Amino acid sequence: MIVTTRQPVSTSERAVRTPAPAKRLVKGNEALALGAVAAGAECFFGYPITPQNEVPEILSYWMPKLGRVFLQAESEVASINMVYGAAAAGHRAMTSSSSPGISLMMEGLSYIAGARLPCVIANVMRGGPGLGNIAPSQGDYFQAVKGGGHGDYRCIVLAPWNVQEMYELPALAFDLAERYRMPAFVLTDAVLGSMLEPARVPLEFPPLVRREQDWTACGRGNRAHKNVVHSLYLDPEVLSAKCEELQATYRRAACEVRFDERLIDDAQVVVVAFGISARLALSAVSALRRRGEKFGLLRPITLFPFPSERLSALAKRVRGMMVFELNSGQMVEDVRLAANGACPVEFFGKMGGVLPPPEELVEVFSKRFAR
Amino acid sequence: MHSCADNLVTDTPDDEFECVAHRPNSMSDKPLHYCPGCTHGIIHRLVGEMVDEFGLLDRTVGICPVGCAVFAYEYFEFDSIEASHGRAPAVATAVKRADPRRFVFTYQGDGDLAAIGTAETVHAAARGERITVFFVNNGIYGMTGGQMAPTSLPGQKTTTSPGGRDPALTGHPIAVCEMLSTLPGVAFAARVPLTSPKNVNLARRYMRKAIRAQLENIGYGIVEFLSTCPVQWGLTPIAAMKHIDADVIKVYPPGVFVDRVPDARAAPVGAETDAGSST
Repeated sequence: MIVTTRQPVSTSERAVRTPAPAKRLVKGNEALALGAVAAGAECFFGYPITPQNEVPEILSYWMPKLGRVFLQAESEVASINMVYGAAAAGHRAMTSSSSPGISLMMEGLSYIAGARLPCVIANVMRGGPGLGNIAPSQGDYFQAVKGGGHGDYRCIVLAPWNVQEMYELPALAFDLAERYRMPAFVLTDAVLGSMLEPARVPLEFPPLVRREQDWTACGRGNRAHKNVVHSLYLDPEVLSAKCEELQATYRRAACEVRFDERLIDDAQVVVVAFGISARLALSAVSALRRRGEKFGLLRPITLFPFPSERLSALAKRVRGMMVFELNSGQMVEDVRLAANGACPVEFFGKMGGVLPPPEELVEVFSKRFAR
Repeated sequence: MHSCADNLVTDTPDDEFECVAHRPNSMSDKPLHYCPGCTHGIIHRLVGEMVDEFGLLDRTVGICPVGCAVFAYEYFEFDSIEASHGRAPAVATAVKRADPRRFVFTYQGDGDLAAIGTAETVHAAARGERITVFFVNNGIYGMTGGQMAPTSLPGQKTTTSPGGRDPALTGHPIAVCEMLSTLPGVAFAARVPLTSPKNVNLARRYMRKAIRAQLENIGYGIVEFLSTCPVQWGLTPIAAMKHIDADVIKVYPPGVFVDRVPDARAAPVGAETDAGSST
């Protein structure tokens, strides 16, 4: 059951859900690209990097066909600064990349956050650090959720776990980005990007809806005053106040928490996992249930804001929590903060692109919480 | 083509004095923060004059740099976006492509454009982006305290080349206009020293062409201003001007390197197109 703390769902999200065509086999990256088009992305800027290349490839066809902007930039640095420019001028702008490319965007992302611009960045995560490999990873959780670039800022972070959500979450990302004037990530990985599965992904798109905003630097037109988009405030008191505004925005965004719970009601141990890990974890949880062991799954869909309140409440009544990630333990820190010592929080992780079979997870989960 | 005289206020003031010159409407009344003898003030005014002359105030988006001109947006009345160091051409590319009815220019120094932003500069030019670049080349990092730039002259003493720039160690100056002139996307490229009223008038002519390269959908336009930095050069304002005419132009010869913009028609084309911004 997907729990949404804020109703109603965003307008663009409704748009991508209707009309729902018949299911067809769709690749994750294709769904992500078409989801961006359906979400009303006006501009896409990107640079090739595996494993997300289908995203710019598909958008290079659709965006010009629909009279929108597609541009292959000279680098990820240029890509994110193009996103900055388009967003500053009031357009729905997006880029996609994979881990090393996202690292290159961190400076620009900090400027985007500082200037309070909405935009969407998709990270189809691969193994790291360094050049790593092109296999699935969740090693960029810290980078996406905790900031990544310089200064105190946050991004909305959404984590799909199947191809259908790869299609639907870009719309939510744009809506939340605009609602709070902050950048939003769709944080996914090499498996989800490359896998084919049945999903409802139409090839017809709603017309663009222009959203007038009073702060954009789009040319004055008939406006009586100029607009300037910037993040420079030399006076410490002024910058301090601006930073407080940002933090207040992030606190307001906490109401946008979304998560997915399975077999939680009578669970004695809650497995917490996001994205592709949550699918592996659900297989393990189901197998454990068949053995009579009362495991449940909580899958955060929003990694920022994080479902801390729900986890805190659960921590008070369960025997423990089991966090599984494709990294050395990143989200587990947030789970431990939420649990705040109310129950033990165990961690199991795999790095380098290794996906453990569900049987391995069953043994690990069971052993950690053996009576 | 309009001349600067078109900007003069013709209505008679209340007192007996005749107003013969005034601030361009595209500039704010905020006092400039630039050092005495710095040419940023001249270039700001020229930009303001051009936006007035072409009637572009309502559809201009200026992309401001990091460096001494980081507050350029304070001095203009049109919309502006502050870019991170070197990335103005990427920002401008997006603003222009998202709505080609806009007039989009970047205002960049030599550290911004020719060091950290070289890739963005070259690729925006290679793509023939319909943007206009105003390039302020004073051969030094002014704001950060006078460090060596890739444009510093051989032998130039800076705070990071205290013995004088040694090309064997740090290379030779980058001649941006010459480099970009090999790219078919460039419609106009010219360099001018801002050392005399005559040269300022020449700068106006170049700027008109670089702007028309964009407005008439021909290609990328750049004007490189050989500019002063008296404070970081350790020269008086007048000596700094003389230094440009005596030494700088030997390394950076003034002139037109690319001109694919037809000669001026009776009126600037921007003045007759539909006004009003896209959004």
